[in-house]
Amino acid sequence: MKARQRRLLAVLLGLGALGLATALVLRALGDNVMFFFSPTQIAAAQAPRDAAFRLGGLVEPASLHRDAGDSLTVRFVVTDQVHRVPVRYRGVLPDLFKEGKGVVVAGRLREDGAFVATQVLAKHDENYMPPEAAAALDHARQAGATGSARRAGGVAADSPALVPGAAP
Amino acid sequence: MIPEIGLFALVLALLVAVVQAVLPLVGAHCGVAPWMRVARPAALLQCALCLLAFGVLAACFLRGDFSVLYVAANSHSTLPAIYRFTAVWGGHEGSMLLWQTLLSVWGAAVALLSGRLPRDYVARVLAVLGALSIGMLVFLLWLSNPFARLSPAAPEGRDLNPLLQDPGMVAHPPFLYMGYVGFSVAFAFGLAALLSGRLDAAWARWSRPWTLAAWSFLTLGILLGSAWAYGVLGWGGWWFWDPVENASLMPWLVGTALIHSLVVTDRRGAFRSWTVLLAIAAFSLSLLGTFLVRSGVLTSVHAFAVDPGRGLYILSMMIAVVGGSLLLFAWRAPQVGLGGRFAALSRETLLLLNNVLLGVAALAVLLGTLYPLALDLLRGEKISVGPPYFEAVFMPMLVPALVLMGVGPLARWKRAPVPELGRQLRGALIASGACALALLALTGGRLSGWTPLAGFGVVLAAWCIGSALSHAHDRLRTAGEGGLGRRARRQPAGWWGMLAAHAGLGVFVLGATLATGFEQRQEAALAVGEAVVLDGVRFQFESLDPVAGPNHDSVRATFRAGAATLHPEKRVFRADGTALSQPAIDVGWRRDLFVVLADPVGDGRWHVRLHVKPFMAWIWAGVALMAIGGLLAMADRRLRMPRHERDPVSSHPAAPARATAPGRARSPGSAPAGVALPGGPALTREETA
Repeated sequence: MKARQRRLLAVLLGLGALGLATALVLRALGDNVMFFFSPTQIAAAQAPRDAAFRLGGLVEPASLHRDAGDSLTVRFVVTDQVHRVPVRYRGVLPDLFKEGKGVVVAGRLREDGAFVATQVLAKHDENYMPPEAAAALDHARQAGATGSARRAGGVAADSPALVPGAAP
Repeated sequence: MIPEIGLFALVLALLVAVVQAVLPLVGAHCGVAPWMRVARPAALLQCALCLLAFGVLAACFLRGDFSVLYVAANSHSTLPAIYRFTAVWGGHEGSMLLWQTLLSVWGAAVALLSGRLPRDYVARVLAVLGALSIGMLVFLLWLSNPFARLSPAAPEGRDLNPLLQDPGMVAHPPFLYMGYVGFSVAFAFGLAALLSGRLDAAWARWSRPWTLAAWSFLTLGILLGSAWAYGVLGWGGWWFWDPVENASLMPWLVGTALIHSLVVTDRRGAFRSWTVLLAIAAFSLSLLGTFLVRSGVLTSVHAFAVDPGRGLYILSMMIAVVGGSLLLFAWRAPQVGLGGRFAALSRETLLLLNNVLLGVAALAVLLGTLYPLALDLLRGEKISVGPPYFEAVFMPMLVPALVLMGVGPLARWKRAPVPELGRQLRGALIASGACALALLALTGGRLSGWTPLAGFGVVLAAWCIGSALSHAHDRLRTAGEGGLGRRARRQPAGWWGMLAAHAGLGVFVLGATLATGFEQRQEAALAVGEAVVLDGVRFQFESLDPVAGPNHDSVRATFRAGAATLHPEKRVFRADGTALSQPAIDVGWRRDLFVVLADPVGDGRWHVRLHVKPFMAWIWAGVALMAIGGLLAMADRRLRMPRHERDPVSSHPAAPARATAPGRARSPGSAPAGVALPGGPALTREETA
C-alpha cells in the first residue's frame, strides 16, 4: 500500500471509530446521566418524577428507623436544614452512614413524595462531606440566609470516601 | 530531629534533580561529554535521597512519632505494625512521597541498566526524568510536606482509615504507582528520541522492556485494587466504574495500545509518531489519574484530599507536561519519516485497529469521567455518570478488539496472504469451538438462566483462549527438530508472554461474564440457628461471638455453607468508633461464597447479605496471567542490546542475555541499533508465524 493510501486508511479508520464512539457516547450519556437535586429543589418541584436522580444533604438526627413490616427496609429523612425528604431504602447501609452526617442517595421520587433509594453513599470522616451534600446545604443556607459555620476545616483532610451501599 | 533529616533529604534531592535535569540536557545538546556523564550519578543520588526520606517517614510511623502531623493524622499507637508501615501511603502526603520515590527508583534503574545505550540518549532520558522529579519534589516541599510538625505533639494519632487496614492496601498502592510512574520511563524515552531527532526503530526497542514492566505493574496494581474493593467494601462487586478506577483504567488502555504499537515500530519502523504520541498519552493519563485521586475533585470512593491549592498545582504540572511534550512533538514529529509499508491485510493493519479501538475506549472512559466535572465547573450542574454509561460504550469497543486479538498474531507482517490466514483462522475457530464446549461442560450443568449476552461472553472467551492455543500448536508443530519441550524452549519469551496475556484476557472475560451474569444474591434477617438456601448452597448461621482484635472489637458470626466455614465480622474501631462490616469470602475455583454481616435489626436478628458468585476467581487468575505475560515478554532476549555493543566490564543485572539457543530468532544485532528499518529486514518464519 502506498503511503498516501495508508494514511488515508488510518484517517478513515480513526474517523469511523471516533464517529461510532461519539454516537455511542452521546446515546449512553443521554440515557444514563443522573442529575443531582437538593431537598429544596424537590420541594420546589424541580426534580423529575419519572427519572432516577441523586439527592444529597444531612441525615436528620433521630429520623432513622427500620420498617415495621420488613426489617431489611430502613427509613430516614434527608434534609438541607430548610426542607426535608423522607427516604426509603431496602438493603445494607454503608458502614459510615450516621444520623446528623452527610449522605447522598440515588433513586426515584414516588408519587407520595417519598424517595425510594437504590443506592446510599455515606460520608467518611469528620472533615469531609460529599461535595454534592455540601453544595445542597450551602445552597439552602444562602437561600434561607441562616448563616452558620458549615464545617470546620480540619488539619489533615485525609481519607474521606464515599462508600457505596449496594442496591438490593 | 529525625523528621528533619527526611525533609533535608528531600531538599537535597530537589537540588540533585535540578542538576540532573539541566546539565545532561545541555551537555547532550552541545556535545559536552562530562556534562552528560553527570546524569547517571545524579539519578542514583536522587534515588538514594528519596529512599532516605521515605525510610525516615516509615521510621516516624513505626515509632509512632505523633509530633509529625501526617503521622498523627494517619496512625494510632494500637495500629498493628504492618499497617503502621503501610499507613505511610495511607494519606495524601505519603502517597505523593511514594510516587516521587518510585519515580527516582525508575530513574536509578534506567541509569543502571542502560549502559549500552548511546550516552547522549541516556542523558536526555535521565534529564526528562529529573525534570519530572523537580515538579514532584517542589510539590512535596511546598504544598504537601509529609514531615510537617505538629506542635505540641498529639498525644494520640487519629488512626488509619479502617478501610485501609487490609492486606490489599499493603500492596495495591505501591504496585499501582509503580505502573503509573513506570510510564514516565516510556515518556522520557519518547521525549529523548524527539529531542535528539532520532525517532527510529531503535528507540522503540529500547523502551519496550520498560513499557512492558510498567504495564505489568499497572495490571497487578489494578488487580490488587479491585480485589481489595471486592474483599473490603462489602457490596460484592469487583468493578464499580468509579472515577478513580477509571483513572487507572485509562492509562492501562493506552499503555496496552502502546506496547502493541511499540512492537510495530520496533519490528517494522512504522507508526513512529503515533507510538510517541501514545507514550505521551499514557504518562499524561497517569498524571491525570494522580490528579483526579489526589486533588479531591471527585465524589468518589477514593477521594482522599480536599485542598484546591494542591489540585491546582498538579493540574498546572499536568498541563506543563502534556503541553510541553505535545509542543515538542509538533515541532519534531513532522521530520520523522514514514516507516515500512504494509498491505491492507497485514499484522500492521490489525495492530492499528487494536490501537484505534483501545484509544477510543480510553477516550470514552475519559469523557464519562470528566464530563460531570466539566458540567459542574461550567454550569454548576451536579450529575453523575454511572456504570450503565461505561458498559454501553466500553463493550462495543472491547468486543471487536477481542475478536481481532485472535487474528493479529496469525497474520504476517507487511502482507498477510488470504489463503494462509484463512487456513490458520480455520484452525483457531476449531480450537475455540472445542474450547467453548469444554467451558460449557465445565460450567453449563451448574448454571441456570443463560442469556444471549452470557452465551456471547463465553464464546468470546473461548475465542481468546482457543485462538491462542491453536496459534501455539501451529507454531510448535512447525518449529523444527526436537521434542515438544525443546521446541517450546526455543520460542522467544516475548511470544510466550503474548500468548499468556491473550489467553489471560480470555480467562478474565470468562470470569467476568459468569461472575456477573450468574451471580445469586439474597438479603435476609437471620437469627442464630437459622439458614438460607441460595443457589443450592445452604448457609447455616451457627453462632455469633464477640472477638477482640488488636485495635478493634468485633462481633464475629460463623456461617457453615457446605464444607466451607465463613466468619463475617462487624468491627468497631476503638480509636474513633468507626464501624466496618468485614465480609467473609470462601474462594473456590468454581464459585465464591460471600457473606456480609450488616446490622442488627432487632429480636436478635441480623441483616445479612449472601452472594454466590460463580467463577469469580477466574477474574483474578486471568488478570494475573496477563501481568505474567507482560513480565515474560519483558525478559525477551531480543529486546536486549546487541552483544557487540555491550560493555564487557559492566555489571548489569539484566544483561545476561547469553544466547545459549540462538535458534531461528532474528539475531538482535541484524539491524544495527539506531538505523530505521524503512523496508524492514527480510522476514523470517519466526516473525510471521
